[in-house]
Amino acid sequence: MPLFSAPAVNAVAVEERAAALAKRSIKKGAKVAGLKLSISMMDLTTLEGKDTAGKVRQMCRKAVTPMDSDPTLPSCAAVCVYPNFVTIAKAALEGSAVKVASVATAFPSGQSPIAVKLDDVRRAVEFGADEIDMVIDRGAMLSGDYAKVFDEIAATKEACGPAHLKVILETGELGSYDVVRKASDLAIAAGADFIKTSTGKIQPAATPPVTLVMLEAIRDHFYQTGVRIGMKPAGGVRTAKQALHYLVIVKETLGDAWLTPDLFRFGASALLNDVLMQLEKERTGNYQASEDFSKD
Amino acid sequence: MTDPDRTDRAADRPSSDLMKRETAVEKARQKTAALALEFGKAWEYAPAPETPDHVKLEERYQLFIGGKWMPPKSGKYFDTVSPSTEQTLAQVAEGNAEDVDRAVKAARHAYDKYWGKMRGAERAKYVFRIARALQEKARELAIVETMDGGKPIKESRDVDIPLASAHFFYNAGWADKLDYAFHGRKVRPLGVAGQVIPWNFPLLMAAWKIAPAIACGNTVVLKPAETTPLTALLLAQIIEEAELPPGVVNIVTGAGETGAALVGHPDVNKVAFTGSTDVGKKIQRAIAGSGKRLTLELGGKAANIVFADAPLDQAVEGIVGGIYFNQGHVCCAGSRLLVEESVHDIVVRKLKDRMATLRLGDPLDKNTDVGAINSRAQLERIKELVLSGEREGAERFSAPCELPSKGFWFPPTFFTNASQSCRIAREEIFGPVLTIMTFRTPDEAIEKANNTMYGLSAGIWTDKGSKIFHVATRLQAGVIWANTYNKFDPSSPFGGYKESGFGREGGRQGLAAYLEVQ
Repeated sequence: MPLFSAPAVNAVAVEERAAALAKRSIKKGAKVAGLKLSISMMDLTTLEGKDTAGKVRQMCRKAVTPMDSDPTLPSCAAVCVYPNFVTIAKAALEGSAVKVASVATAFPSGQSPIAVKLDDVRRAVEFGADEIDMVIDRGAMLSGDYAKVFDEIAATKEACGPAHLKVILETGELGSYDVVRKASDLAIAAGADFIKTSTGKIQPAATPPVTLVMLEAIRDHFYQTGVRIGMKPAGGVRTAKQALHYLVIVKETLGDAWLTPDLFRFGASALLNDVLMQLEKERTGNYQASEDFSKD
Repeated sequence: MTDPDRTDRAADRPSSDLMKRETAVEKARQKTAALALEFGKAWEYAPAPETPDHVKLEERYQLFIGGKWMPPKSGKYFDTVSPSTEQTLAQVAEGNAEDVDRAVKAARHAYDKYWGKMRGAERAKYVFRIARALQEKARELAIVETMDGGKPIKESRDVDIPLASAHFFYNAGWADKLDYAFHGRKVRPLGVAGQVIPWNFPLLMAAWKIAPAIACGNTVVLKPAETTPLTALLLAQIIEEAELPPGVVNIVTGAGETGAALVGHPDVNKVAFTGSTDVGKKIQRAIAGSGKRLTLELGGKAANIVFADAPLDQAVEGIVGGIYFNQGHVCCAGSRLLVEESVHDIVVRKLKDRMATLRLGDPLDKNTDVGAINSRAQLERIKELVLSGEREGAERFSAPCELPSKGFWFPPTFFTNASQSCRIAREEIFGPVLTIMTFRTPDEAIEKANNTMYGLSAGIWTDKGSKIFHVATRLQAGVIWANTYNKFDPSSPFGGYKESGFGREGGRQGLAAYLEVQ
């Protein structure tokens, strides 16, 4: 087994730092700007067995125009769907800048032969996916078979061709920040364009301290190479307040360059409406009923 | 690479491939070392000031003696100024020796008549009442603390006030259990305690001193620092509202002479002082042979030791929290960073980037990380020491933050290329100035950490538990933090070695300072 080590992480201190950043007070103009920025960073997601063409089309429309009544709002960054819906999403988004991301590699468990996983990727790209969200082999990661994890990511990157690769670590299954850090370093070294916390199928999904640990891995990679890797917390980000907290963490860990959809995304389904509700509150001074926001 | 040995060896090699490779690696290293993160204005936080509108300060504060507000015998008052705006907040009475005498008499009377005889369970009720009132008035107290002292509201809100309250709660719990605190030994209170406190944690220091003293059955005369008297006076109001018997707690404001009169008063049984080592020595000399009990909590020059195997990102947080918390006005501040030479460059690089995110400015803004320097005099002292560091050839880096035009400010700063002999490595700066030095082995780290006249605190950063214990047992410091820094709890004793003083505050050990253990 190849020798592979990553910097140690102190759990107590990481959680303390993430919690301290939650205390930033984001008001008025900063709140509106932050919420609009977070819309532009959203990968609007539906990953369910009961997904249908109708559901995906409706979501695509919402991604392009989050709220008809406010034309100043940006579009979301992407929609995230299963491979079977890539073609439908692609067609629905034609003419917009919204990208199509597809999960692949036997999402969410990744427990299939590598040939099947790579085929999954190639087909999604053929269907027109701009971005591929893969899962790592958590079993291999936890059993210490780092070479296998690395090789699978590298092979997936190759199979992606021009599509961007987001590597899902599924941090909720990794058990400690040390392993999260190790998996982040592995994924980055193997060719990830983005690293992503979670599938959304496992609890806990994204958390602020886990995100901070991954951002620190991205920062060290930048220090060593000058290359900027992207970050995507996914799952569990449901409120505008949480979204602003994540933006604060990014701003104060990696700085201005990462405050863009090119390098930071939210994987979420319920977040958008809460952000819209907060923006409407800032605009009108009153909270609107949840029924005032479209549930696509 | 400037190391001459390395170039020579490479030149001796038969193949030039390795040389080429080394040059390429070096070029890449230089290129990446120049890469900087940008912490600019991409998404700027809007101002988020805590409003002081509901805080009502009086124009003039009297002395709190024997449960009454009394004008000073001198008839003199001094201004207390906000160090962030230089505006006068209120006038405060200047107590003289006569006022101190009145206060000590009131304390003696209260001790003899009520407090010394009261059952512990009864005393506890009063102390608990103070603790709860501090919680109820936390917001107002935090705002006043920040206005009077210049510290960020997030610190007074999240640290000073909650901890002050916690000290009253903790000690109140002991009041009726003192007979069980020292394993079957009987205890009794000492009498009247004269307490002199500093300006860096005004209310918290008052709580550290008053809570154990009165919980143990003593009565108190407290002198707050002249630059930050307001929260102690608000505490006096709380004590008044809590209906403590008159004279149990007396607050006499004033400067050095007032303090000298208090510690020198013949009817004081116990002196507790937190402040500079110079003044501590004077106090010890002044009361020698008087039979007064004494505890001193003085200066520090703590080593924060970072080993190469430490979680470096978290260590950088600890370094920042260790020295820039409360503008470095912390006796246990981690003001000397000892970093293992192999990780020196990366730690400094990470530290610089982290410092770029520190927000200096209006202390009442909830997003402010670094507030104002407490007084003009302290600012001058910091500037003088920083200048000496530059003169001695150390390399200065200051965080790129704009300083407000009014008030007393100093940017978070560190020195590299410093050595143990520099003044900035030996003297307590008591400001946001860190001195960074390197070490090679654990033994060298321990030797350098102990190479100071102080011994209040230290920090150890390593991922190895065994190394923590190995190093901690060899450090001469009263408080040692491992993989964290500046953590306080009322149940944990705090105090120094060597010229950092003696006696402990907090915990069971802190009670002993206010009891005769028979």
